[in-house]
Amino acid sequence: MTPSERLDATFAALADPTRRAILARLIEGEATVMELAEPFDMSQPAISKHLKVLERAGLISRGRDAQRRPCRIEGAALAEAVGWMEEYRKVWEGNYRRLDTLLAELQAHKGKA
Amino acid sequence: MTHRLEVTTPSPREIAMTRVFDAPRDLVFDCWTIPALLKRWLTGPDGWSFSVCDVDLRVGGNYRFVWQHVDGRDMGMTGTYREIVRPERLASTELFDMDWTDGEAHVTLVLTERGGRTTSAMTVLYSSEKARDGAIQVGMADGVAAGYDRLDGVLAERMAAE
Repeated sequence: MTPSERLDATFAALADPTRRAILARLIEGEATVMELAEPFDMSQPAISKHLKVLERAGLISRGRDAQRRPCRIEGAALAEAVGWMEEYRKVWEGNYRRLDTLLAELQAHKGKA
Repeated sequence: MTHRLEVTTPSPREIAMTRVFDAPRDLVFDCWTIPALLKRWLTGPDGWSFSVCDVDLRVGGNYRFVWQHVDGRDMGMTGTYREIVRPERLASTELFDMDWTDGEAHVTLVLTERGGRTTSAMTVLYSSEKARDGAIQVGMADGVAAGYDRLDGVLAERMAAE
């Protein structure tokens, strides 16, 4: 996968609330499909489908133990996606900080008038 | 006080940004629609300022923004107002001259007010997931390229001119 394709896969994977919840659970430590299926009202095959999407996006990896195949979170892809979001956020934080200043000024003028 | 900016991706084609401002929403709405005010804040990464800021605030009316960097580069964007409900809602299309977002994006700004404070919720709907990620990448590239040191001079000049 090219970096751009990888990022597409990452964003697509993160767009789903169940997959985000699975990631949130995996931040606490590795877990098996059965353990992951438990808190969701979902069958193991349904959870497995989500895990495949997350794996393809590079967000998780699966252990080799054929019985358990525990899932663990992979930081790099997530960090890349979050990094890009952070830059977008920075641009808008700058815009909005200037807007704060302007709004304060406009209200001060109004108060005087 | 600086409020927190929430950036989320509610669907694969959208970016949503929510932020609180310590001002009534009619003022926030004016800051989005009056060129003299827009020029003061919607300037993006350091080093950029408006060279063109034309607003025809009517449904079906166009706006045209061009930003110029201190190094001479410029970046233009045109759009059409689709819905204007002062001071609560502004919907428009946007299209960058370089069209890195693969066609028009639809922007919706919703302003709600409580106790003199305004919550601004802006949603940008892109033509595709790829287009949205492209927009995020452009934001990054410009952020990195910005000439921080010259910003003060540009701002001082602009404020003196006004």
